[in-house]
Amino acid sequence: MEKGKEIFFNEVLNEGRRVSWDEARRIYREADFHWLGYAAHTIRRRKHPDDVVTYVVDRNINYSNICVCGCRFCAFYRPPGHPEGYVLERSALARKIEETLVLGGTQILLQGGHHPDLPLSFYEDMLRFIKDRYPVHIHAFSPPEIVFFARRERLDTAAVIARLKEAGLDSIPGGGAEILVDAVRRKVSPNKCSAAEWLGVMEEAHRQGLRTTATMMFGHEESLDDRLAHLFALRDLQDRTGGFTAFIPWTFQPGHTALERRPETAVGYLRLLALSRLVLDNFDNIQASWVTMGPKVAQAALFFGANDFGSTMIEENVVAAAGVHFRLSLEEIRRIIEDAGFVPKQRTMAYEWIEGS
Amino acid sequence: MIPAAVYKSLGLDGIFHKVIAGDRLDVEDGLRLFQCRDLVAVGALAHQVRLRRHGRTTFYVVNQHINYSNVCVNGCLFCAFRRRKGEPGSFELTVSDVVAKVQERFQDPITEIHIVGGCHPELRLETFEAMLRAIRRVRPQVHLKAFTAVEIAHFAHLEGLPTREVLLRLRAAGLEMLPGGGAEVFSPRVRRLLCPNKLDGEGWLRVMREAHELGIKSNATMLFGHRETLEERLEHLDALRRLQDETGGFVCFIPLPFQPLNTEVDGARGPSGVDILKTIAVSRLMLDNIPHIKAYWVMLGVKLAQVALHFGADDLDGTVVEEKIGHMAGAESEDFLTREALENLIREAGFHPVERNCFFEAAQASVQAG
Repeated sequence: MEKGKEIFFNEVLNEGRRVSWDEARRIYREADFHWLGYAAHTIRRRKHPDDVVTYVVDRNINYSNICVCGCRFCAFYRPPGHPEGYVLERSALARKIEETLVLGGTQILLQGGHHPDLPLSFYEDMLRFIKDRYPVHIHAFSPPEIVFFARRERLDTAAVIARLKEAGLDSIPGGGAEILVDAVRRKVSPNKCSAAEWLGVMEEAHRQGLRTTATMMFGHEESLDDRLAHLFALRDLQDRTGGFTAFIPWTFQPGHTALERRPETAVGYLRLLALSRLVLDNFDNIQASWVTMGPKVAQAALFFGANDFGSTMIEENVVAAAGVHFRLSLEEIRRIIEDAGFVPKQRTMAYEWIEGS
Repeated sequence: MIPAAVYKSLGLDGIFHKVIAGDRLDVEDGLRLFQCRDLVAVGALAHQVRLRRHGRTTFYVVNQHINYSNVCVNGCLFCAFRRRKGEPGSFELTVSDVVAKVQERFQDPITEIHIVGGCHPELRLETFEAMLRAIRRVRPQVHLKAFTAVEIAHFAHLEGLPTREVLLRLRAAGLEMLPGGGAEVFSPRVRRLLCPNKLDGEGWLRVMREAHELGIKSNATMLFGHRETLEERLEHLDALRRLQDETGGFVCFIPLPFQPLNTEVDGARGPSGVDILKTIAVSRLMLDNIPHIKAYWVMLGVKLAQVALHFGADDLDGTVVEEKIGHMAGAESEDFLTREALENLIREAGFHPVERNCFFEAAQASVQAG
């Protein structure tokens, strides 16, 4: 066992051999916490020998919270006709973008719900409105939104992506992946796109030259094998396209949602994070989630495979709706990175460093 | 355990072999561990020591905290709890108030009552004796852990008695153990800056020595992440280790991360998550003669406290209801955790939960009947 571990350690960590499903399964179930962390950190250092930890200055703008999806893990959405439902006015959108640029922001993350009444032209107009006025990178519309737009317009997703790209879409966020196993999706988000559809949108986006991220929301109804299936599905797609810039796992936050479950703990989060660094050998970047884990555990995550501290989140609504309110300034993010012994660098969505940061 | 070769590459070969052999680390070793950039490597070493001592057991206690007063003559800059006598927000509980608080929790299976307060300018020793006796009468089976070394010295000052005499009288009234608070960092330099009116480090250690000699066990703390240097942290740990070599009276060491909100320590931010984990690990490695290291979730936050169980801590403290001192300084943790929540945190981190009393004896079913 010890001997086997040493050979494995050398092959995987030093020579870069790929981890098989069976190996990943065994590591996830059996490897001790420190070994997992150390292995992930070794791979992270091989991929990023410069000791840099990146972050992005951006704002999550939710153009609407009206959604017909009704996912059980979501505390943010309001059904059509609900008094708290909204669609952001253009003037409010403009103000939020201007504030972001003033704060040194380079991009906006623009997402909403599955609004039953808005046509695709609404989103195209919104993108053009922004691109005509502001020099900002638009990271927008997760795959479930794109699948929803396509169904509503009776178009295929490739056509929707092409039209959005034409209107100014720069990249696609990896949200709505949840767990990429349909048996789990049927339980927690039965009306949302299937795993194959999520992966299909990303593959098509990559084919059209759009970079995307990938996320995973875990700690609800899924098994450990479902988590592995998610990671391997992402790895397979990345082998084909190379279009993912980063993997971002976070834990389900049960506050104000229809799922009653204890949240995944910090130790469980760090184990999954480390495992993802081992399995996703074709992903350059892994992001820590201070929004769900808080700044202290997110800082420790920099030793469990993460090399990116995510976003300053000038605005964040979805996790906050589940009752979790961690806030960090740009200054605090830089200090947290430095206190852990790394060099903070502002980046773009494409994970290019912004010089002088 | 991560490969031994890792420690060689980090230049921690010598320390690694000392830890494996169970040899004592010196202050220099402690400094090198603090300076090691590899958090997980340091944590894994501390975890070896923790596994050797406690296996996969992680302790917790079902307890009640009672703060009898926040009126304090000391004025320590790092404290958000203190008030002057008569100042808005100040409070003091009478003996019957304290008894009422104990009775409020009568249905809860508490094994320990933890009582601390400010250095009140007027409350006399006989009040505290009466308090302990009154609690004893209404809840005789519960252990009484009360009054930091700083309070003991303050009572002695007000009474014009030696601290040993104060300890004897409180013991006769029912005191069984001293909490570890008021130690802060022993460095005279830091105490001059932050708490010049408080009992000094030597005084704190002297009271603890007397308590231990009288058979009164205690805990020990260190408030870190304010103005102290790493060397000063290590001198603090070393002073505790030297006293423990002589008395063996410390049960548990509790590293307390400084909480800056509502305090007067200008510009101090409190330690980062990585610093907290490393300090817990170095404490486990340096304090080879103190049995237990606590991850006090009230100060660390529940998430980091759970992670700390892999960095040398073997105790999560308790269910804690009505904690005031940390929360008034901005601690963002919950007000209390249920027994079930504590046990789940421990299990999900890969350990076995064991309920303990204040002496770290596994709690008895009869006590749990309340």
